[in-house]
Amino acid sequence: MENKIVLSVNGLSVAFKMYGKGFARKELRVISNLNINVRKGEIIAVAGSSGSGKSLLAHAILGILPGNAVVSGEINYCGTPLTEPRLRKLRGKEIALVPQSVEYLDPLMKVGKQVSADKAAVKAAFERYKLADSAANLFPFQLSGGMMRRVLCATAVVGNAKLIIADEPTPGMSKDLAGRAMKHFRDLADAGAAVILITHDIDLALGYADRIAVFYAGTTVETALASDFTDDSLLRHPYTKALWRAMPGNGFRPTAGTQPYAGSLPEGCLFAPRCDKKTQECTYGIIEPREVRNGEVCCRYAS
Amino acid sequence: MLLEAKNIKFGYNKSRLILNGVNFGIDYGERVALIGPSGCGKSTLSQILAGYLKPQAGEVLFDSKPLPRKEFCPVQMVYQHPEKAVNPRWKLRSTLAEAWTPDAEFLDDMGIAPEWLDRYPAELSGGEMQRFCVARALAPQTKFIIADEMSTMLDVITQAQIWELMLRQIQQRNIGLLAVTHSMELAERVCTRIVRFEELT
Amino acid sequence: MSKRALTFTGLNARSRMIIYISVAVVYLACVFVWGTLLDPSAYAVRFADKFIPPSAGHIFGTDFMGRDMFFRCVRGLSNSLVIGLAASLISSVIALVFGISSAVIGGKFDKAVLMCVDCCMGLPHLVLLILISFMLGRGAKGVMLGVAFTHWPELTRLVRAEVLQLRSSQYVRASYKMGKSRMYVAMRHIFPHVIPVYLVGIVLLFPHAIMHESAVTFLGFGLPAETPAIGVILSEAMRHIATGKWWLALFPGLMLIAAVLLFDVIGENLKRLLNPSSAQE
Repeated sequence: MENKIVLSVNGLSVAFKMYGKGFARKELRVISNLNINVRKGEIIAVAGSSGSGKSLLAHAILGILPGNAVVSGEINYCGTPLTEPRLRKLRGKEIALVPQSVEYLDPLMKVGKQVSADKAAVKAAFERYKLADSAANLFPFQLSGGMMRRVLCATAVVGNAKLIIADEPTPGMSKDLAGRAMKHFRDLADAGAAVILITHDIDLALGYADRIAVFYAGTTVETALASDFTDDSLLRHPYTKALWRAMPGNGFRPTAGTQPYAGSLPEGCLFAPRCDKKTQECTYGIIEPREVRNGEVCCRYAS
Repeated sequence: MLLEAKNIKFGYNKSRLILNGVNFGIDYGERVALIGPSGCGKSTLSQILAGYLKPQAGEVLFDSKPLPRKEFCPVQMVYQHPEKAVNPRWKLRSTLAEAWTPDAEFLDDMGIAPEWLDRYPAELSGGEMQRFCVARALAPQTKFIIADEMSTMLDVITQAQIWELMLRQIQQRNIGLLAVTHSMELAERVCTRIVRFEELT
Repeated sequence: MSKRALTFTGLNARSRMIIYISVAVVYLACVFVWGTLLDPSAYAVRFADKFIPPSAGHIFGTDFMGRDMFFRCVRGLSNSLVIGLAASLISSVIALVFGISSAVIGGKFDKAVLMCVDCCMGLPHLVLLILISFMLGRGAKGVMLGVAFTHWPELTRLVRAEVLQLRSSQYVRASYKMGKSRMYVAMRHIFPHVIPVYLVGIVLLFPHAIMHESAVTFLGFGLPAETPAIGVILSEAMRHIATGKWWLALFPGLMLIAAVLLFDVIGENLKRLLNPSSAQE
């Protein structure tokens, strides 16, 4: 496998300017100091709970955040900064989004046309996903759930995208249907694409992704190899360990406390208030990521 | 049988029935998981069992009697999306009070911090709100709980927390449980019997 | 960061909205109060002073009977406001009752209400309005009821849609399962949600009501000629406009447009303020 980094995100923060009560405006930081990179031919899963802001990571990379968002940090694509004009050229071609739901499709346009204006390309993409040619002439409402999912994937592959960002591609799917959708992403990665898979279903991601970036309270606390998720001693960050122990398959043991959210984030390590290894050192500053056993972790004490 | 569905028929349009003669029962002291793929009708069945939907044929019996229509229903539901199950304009205190007023000890048991009571739903996370929904459903008159994908939208730690709270209460007060889920592992953890939706139809 | 939001006119969007609303409300309230309290002698007939163009003594000029146009306009506009206000209120109450009951009762009643709505909306407002006003013997009462009975359908549809959506929401259905009565649900859950839609609806109904009131009066089916009303003034002005008495139509027209636009400003800003997603702006 080539080791070329397609996308790297360093120290990304996203905040929203909002009205609180009355006229006071406040800034809510939803993503803070997030680091992630994805290489050619690899699937990296960003796993975190629903509503914790991980979709915003996809929107930030694609530059489709709403107007009141304030973004800082750097996003590099193939080694050079991903600027607004560059993004405009790449979006939908080299960088593709597989959206969360069908609502991203135009309900009044035939799906073939939405996938691409190039008929031959549509045909090839549809063939790949075992969609009949006639499906290109259907409107979104005429498709079944499974077909819809395949059409969304087809939109991503039609342009030979080098970077595919999938935002919760399997909500509410049965295990085998979700597995099949994941297989599609695996195939795309094996064909050379870099895939960022944003999901809340860590169980499912484990079977198909190469690496897992664990998302907690708006940041990635650890990037681990998928194979590390076989025993909690292989994992690096206390949160990931806690996550592992809480899975129904291995213990179902909860850790006390709740995830902090925008507006009430603690200083220093975001997991510190719930961590039993916490020291004074954990309660201030930015905890920079560091390499530990082929993974990255934002914890002063991980080994 | 504690909760029993007899020959339930239901369909959103007349020509196609989603549920065609479903028979299903949960005995005293049982915790049952209902497993099936999405869109198969397990949510519809759970809504019929809780009295939210009227079946086109058949009946639902709780303790051998039909569900009451006008008073507090002994069968309560906990939904997948807590933010849809609470009035966004009410503080959580009022939302909870709509069912009952629990004491401080119970709230502490449910992992609800006292200051959350005076917040609006938008000021809480999904996991925190779901605790309120569970607490609301566990009113003294409740004899049976239907949890429809209750923890699907939560992270696994919160999922484990909420189920721990729920199971403790249920066992203490001998409340029946039907957990609708797509996760076999969860079902095995939580329930005493697992029913596949396909077996019912 | 909030400093950056303060650059434009020194205020953020929400404060600006409040200011627009207050300015509009204050202006309209002043016109209304001044017009009501105005001594009729201010616009009395004085044949010696007819057709004086706008000047220091009569800033809007005088008409063919020597009446001061400025005071007549103020008085006329305040008459229009009263009629518009009353008509909007009657209209919105009809809309609230029909909207909520049609959504809550449903079935045949709902169908009947919807049919009435479609009938009213299918006919041109003005035709129906003239008919009702004429049947009720014209005058203030005729116009008011005419406007009231023609403007309820849109708001009814809005209220009905809102209630339908709420009725099927999980928290309302859960409330029923907790043994709450229909009355409790309507008062505690549904009504507070409908209020913002309803308020904005009323305010946006205003300009329509005033425009239509003036239109009917202008056409001679509304208020009698001796009442100072914008419609009457404009209608009289038409006879003299060909002879170069431009001020007779221009100023009352501008005042009418200003009033209508200001109501629109209030309504639109209110709508944005009450919309929860405006927190994002």
